[in-house]
Formats: sequence, structure tokens, C-alpha cells
Amino acid sequence: MKRLALILAIIAAPVLADSKLPPAPLANTQLRDPAREAQAQALMVTLRCLVCQGQSIADSDAEMAGDMRSLVRTRIQAGESPASIRKWLVTRYGDYVTYDPPMSALTAPLWIAPLALLAFGLWLARASFRKRRRG
Amino acid sequence: MIAEAGLAALWLAAALALMQLAIAAIGVRRVMAEPDFQTELSGHLLAAVRPVAIVQGVLALLAMVLLITVFVRTDMSVLLVAENSHSEKPLLYKFAGAWGNHEGSMLLWVTILGVAGAAVAIFERSLARATLIATLGAQAMIALGFYAFLLFSSNPFTRLDPAPVDGQGLNPLLQDPGLAFHPPTLYIGYVGISVAFSFAVGALVTRDVGPAFARAMRPWVLGAWIFLTLGITAGSYWAYYELGWGGWWFWDPVENASLMPWLAATALLHSVTVLATRDGLRAWTIMLAVVAFSMSMIGTFLVRSGILTSVHAFAVDPERGSFILALLAIYIGGALLLFAARVGTVRAGNTFDLVSREGALVANNLLLSVILGIVLIGTLYPIIAAGFGTQLSVGPPFFNKAAGPVALLLVAIMAAGPLLRWRRDEAKALVARMAIPIAATVVALAGFLIFAPGIDLLPLLGLALAAGLAAASVAPLWGRNLRRTPLFTYGMVISHLGIAVSLAGMASDSAFTQATLVAARVGEPQRVGPYSVTLDGIAPVIGPNWSALEAHLSARRGSGAAIQLRPQARFFSNPVTSTSESAIATMLDGQLYTVIGQPDGAGRWQLRLWWKPFVTLIWAGGALIALGGVLSLLGRWLRERRARGREAEA
Repeated sequence: MKRLALILAIIAAPVLADSKLPPAPLANTQLRDPAREAQAQALMVTLRCLVCQGQSIADSDAEMAGDMRSLVRTRIQAGESPASIRKWLVTRYGDYVTYDPPMSALTAPLWIAPLALLAFGLWLARASFRKRRRG
Repeated sequence: MIAEAGLAALWLAAALALMQLAIAAIGVRRVMAEPDFQTELSGHLLAAVRPVAIVQGVLALLAMVLLITVFVRTDMSVLLVAENSHSEKPLLYKFAGAWGNHEGSMLLWVTILGVAGAAVAIFERSLARATLIATLGAQAMIALGFYAFLLFSSNPFTRLDPAPVDGQGLNPLLQDPGLAFHPPTLYIGYVGISVAFSFAVGALVTRDVGPAFARAMRPWVLGAWIFLTLGITAGSYWAYYELGWGGWWFWDPVENASLMPWLAATALLHSVTVLATRDGLRAWTIMLAVVAFSMSMIGTFLVRSGILTSVHAFAVDPERGSFILALLAIYIGGALLLFAARVGTVRAGNTFDLVSREGALVANNLLLSVILGIVLIGTLYPIIAAGFGTQLSVGPPFFNKAAGPVALLLVAIMAAGPLLRWRRDEAKALVARMAIPIAATVVALAGFLIFAPGIDLLPLLGLALAAGLAAASVAPLWGRNLRRTPLFTYGMVISHLGIAVSLAGMASDSAFTQATLVAARVGEPQRVGPYSVTLDGIAPVIGPNWSALEAHLSARRGSGAAIQLRPQARFFSNPVTSTSESAIATMLDGQLYTVIGQPDGAGRWQLRLWWKPFVTLIWAGGALIALGGVLSLLGRWLRERRARGREAEA
């Protein structure tokens, strides 16, 4: 049984991680302070894992996602605000890294769309209603 | 030979679809031109079209069966098998693997479409004959596009010479019983919507939009909606246990592509009811059928082409990409053109007061459409932005912020809708009828604010509204003779209750989930929620085409008996991939979700543990929603049968 485990471990080794390095220190370890950890968690679910297909860094097995989780936790622990960490990541990796698209000339239509749709829908539905007769 | 026979069956089916379209197109024109002989003429035409539609369905089914056969036999001389299968794969995945790839899934689509067309030809009795012929013509036209796509750019039966020794295997993430169930269910839903759309086209062509047409279309919409509901629910649970991070919805483009047709179908389901019972919302119902169909096309094609997940997949195969775009443009553009050309002939339906059952249903349609619009824009926006040279991501924060409040408003209206009278009602009377649901909402809100402070606003409102909706959804049964209440009323009650249950699960998961991520030594207990979880050891396991390291965990709650959990880290060799198989223990009040990660080289193993209170309600609610649909379908069918029986007696 032990030998089998050894063989398995050898076969598995290259598959386990993208590189031979151990995962970054805070990739899979929570912060001690639950409030800080919650802050980090809330930020991580809104950051895109850049090497995955549509996953946030909070739910990816990729090595890079682990590195980014560690980075977020380290900076939160050091007292940095989530907004400033996001900003730092955006300057480094571009808007692609955040799932929460920042307001700009390009994204304005996206953020206005929900309200515009609602207004248009109300205008459209108005035709179906009969004016209420009094009395 | 099998592959060639499959290809031949496909070509023949395509030829029959062309014939079906031709007969229908010429026939409907003649029938409309000669109103005096309409009954006789359409009888003859129907006798000609019916067998064609049936044989077309049989041939498409044959092609699918033959593709499954080459997959089960692992015939490496077929390119598709060599690229997506492997001889050592378990039989179930050889079978289901036939549609676990682009070409095979398109063939599955067209097969279901063909079979559905045959079913319409055989079973549809209540639709006017001319409209039925036009409907079958529209079906043939949709099918032709798919046949062309399959035969010219996605032939599943292409040979490979010389044949390789073995195949490249199936993505291990897909090697799950979910693959056998999830795609066919969703596809049946998509295709069902295309049938409803064909009905709409048929009715537009023969100017037959009215309550009788709506009653004929309703079962197809309802059926499609049931399958979409099941498909999405199953897909969500599959992603939840397979991806290994406890998430159940990611607002991923592929998920959105299945959600959008569901939203449109839900709106259509409600508006078709207004058309069937009150003869209102005529043009709007037709428009929704067009939108629902467009969404299922976008769902099918954009997911298959990969344009949404990655813009690059599109460029890899420009021929296929432009084919898809052209088909989308023809289908959606054609549908909208026909709608624009004929909407003027659709007589305005009955009008009604703002405070009325119809009013609530219009609000339902409106809000569902707004949510649909938000999801559509959010999903496509990265492509638009890429056109302006900016790479950006639109994800959960946007969708939750934009669609969340609208969805909660919808829930509030949903609670009131079934308690309103048709045509006109009094707002005061409604508030009186809603006393208990409103009280339930307020009590729940106060309770959570006092006993569980610090919950985010959206989940908090979700929990409170879920309580109110649960009370309101059963309210239509109060004071009624339960044995004489029609089955479709039960259907509505159960579906609405299902939404409340599901909403409670979603809100509870996002409000109360607790996570513990640790590097654990054997024997050290770890705390997560009310549980203490101990890693007892790690053992190797061998599966049919994988090997794994399995963690033996025992979880204890207080002084209760230990629960054994066995999460695995699996290693597949064909193709070389590792996956983590979570182990989940389901309790009455939630799920304990465990995953084993990597060793740290110093005798510790990475463990990911979640305690998710009442998370199971999400999928239980989904099942309830679908069950309500089934009851409703059954109830309508029974009533129609009884009505026909009475007619026969008279």
C-alpha cells in the first residue's frame, strides 16, 4: 500500500501544481482576524483569475489564483483598503482583472442600461392599461 | 460503414426538411388564397407534410444513434471519436461523450428538433390546420440551418486516416453522470422553445393570433420551461460539487446563456396565459416567443462557438464562426422582420386595469424582460468593449447589483399576483388579502435584524421576501375546497413556493456560509460552523480511468455520531488533468462541503471546509418549480381531455 502511494505521488507530482514551487503562503490559509478575512474574501470573489475560463480567484485551483489570493490577504493584513488593492491590480493587469467594471466613458452604458431598460419597459407597458374610470 | 450511414441519414433528413419547407410554403399560400376550399385543401396538404416531418425526425434520430454507436465502439477512424474519446473511458461516458463536444452536441440539438417536429406532426390536434402547416414549415426552416451547419462545417462523421491507436480522451470535468443528463435536458428545453416560436411564426403567417392559438402553444412553452428549469438546476448542482469551491452560480457566460432563455420562457409562459384566458397581450406574446427563441439560439450557438468564454476561440475557426453569425442573423433577423411586417395585422387584445391579475402579469413580464436585458448586456459587454480596444470583465458584482434589486421587486409582485382578480381589482382589498404574507415578511426582517445582525442588504431582503412569498404562494388555496381545486392551480402554487424556497437557499448561503481553509495534520480537529472535522488519514484509490488520493475525514457536531467524508484529489491520464472531487454531507439544516487540496511537504494537507446552512434549498426549490410545471401541464391536459369528451358526447 505504501509503495502504491509513493508511485501515485510520483505520477501525480507534475499534475498537482503548475510549477514545482509550494503554494504562496496565504493562498489557502485564512487570516486570523475574521473581519479582515471577510474583507479579503469579499474582494477575492470580484477579482478574475487571469489564466482561468471565467472564474474568480476565490474559486480557482490555478497556481496564479493562489498567488493572487496570497497577495490580497497579505495586503489586507497590512491594513490596505480593498479599493486600493483593486486599483493596484487594475493598474498592473488592466480592467480585465476586476469583475466589477469601474465607471468610465466606456462602461457608462453598461451601468445605465438597467435603469434605461426599466424606463423603456414602463413606457411600453403603459399601452396595455386602460385609464381607470372614476365612480 | 456506420459513420457513412450516419452521414447519409443526415443528408436525407436535410433533404426532407427542404421538402417539408417547400410543401408548407407553397401550400399555405394556396390555402390562404382560396378561403372557400380551405378545410379540404389543408387536409390534403397536412396529409403530405405529416409523414415528411415524421420521417425527418426518425432519420435525425438514426444519425444520433449511429454517432453514439461509433463512440461506444470507440471507432478511432472517426475524427470526432479520436479527438474526444478514449478506449479506457467508462461506458457511460463513451455514451454521453457523443454529445460532450461541439459536433455531437449540435447533432443532438438537431435530433431533438427533428423528433419534436415529428411529435408536433403526430400529436397536435387543437391548432387550425393552416397554422399547423405553417408551423411545420417554420420548424423545417430552423432545422435546415442546423443541417447546413452540421454538414458544411461541423460534420460529426468525418473520417481520420490513418486511425490513431487511441483517442485524446474527454475532459475529466465532464466525466460525471451530470453529462448524461444536463445537456440533453437543456437542449430539449431550447428545442421546445423553438417549437413555440414555430407556432408563433405559423400564427403570424396565417393571421391566427388569438386564445385558441395560445392554448395550443401553451403546453409546448410549459414543457420547454420545465426542461430548462431542470437543466439549469442540475447544471448548477453539478458545478457546485464538481468545481470544488462551494460556488453554485458564477454568472459565467455559459450559465447566462442558459438563464436567458429561461427568463424569456418564464415571461412567455405568463403572457401566453393572459392570451389564452383573457385574450390580452397578443403582440407582446408573439414578441416574447421571438425573444425566447433568439435567446435559445444565442445560448446554443455562442456557447458552442466559444465566442463568449474566450474571444480567441472565435478566431481559431473563422469559417465556423462566420457561419454561426450568419445563421444567428438570419434566424433572429428573419423572426423580427416577420414580426414587424405582421404585427399590424394582430388585432389589439383586451385592455385592463393597472391593479388586476393582468396588470401583475404585465409587471412580471416587464421585470423578467429587464432582468433578461441586464443579463444579455452584461454578458455581451466584454465583446463590445473589446471592439473599442479595451479588455474588461463583467461578473457577479455587476449582475448582483443590477439584477438583484429587480429580482426582489419581481418576487414582491409575484406574491401579490395570484391574489388579484382578473380585469380589475381594488388596491385596498389586495392589501387586506396580503395581510399574512406582509406580516411574515416584516417578522422575518425584524427577526434577522435582531438575532443575526450584520447580514448584507440583498441577502437580508431575500430572506425576508422569501418568507413573505412562501406565505403568499399558498394563499390561493386558503378557503378553497382542496379536492376541487384544479391541478394547474396547485402547479402555480408549488412553482411559486419553489421560488421562495430557492430564494431562501440562495440568501441563506450568501448570508451564513462559514469557510475554513487550513493546512491540517492527521489527527488535528478543525472547526467549521457547528462541526469539528478531523483528518484521519490519506489513502490511494484506483478508479476505472483515474487514480486518486482520498482523504478520510470524520465530522462531529457536539457529541453526535461521527460522519465520514471522503473527498478525493483525482488524477486522470487521458488527457493529463487533475480534478478535486468534493465530499458533501447533507443534513436537514445544510451541507458540510469538504475538499482535499495539496500536501505542503511537511506532513500537512490542505483542507477546504465549508458549512453551508440550508444551501440545499436552492436546488430543492428548483425541483419544486419544475414539479409545479409538470402538475400544471397535467392539469391542462386533463381539462382539455374532459372538454373534448364532453364535446364528443354532445
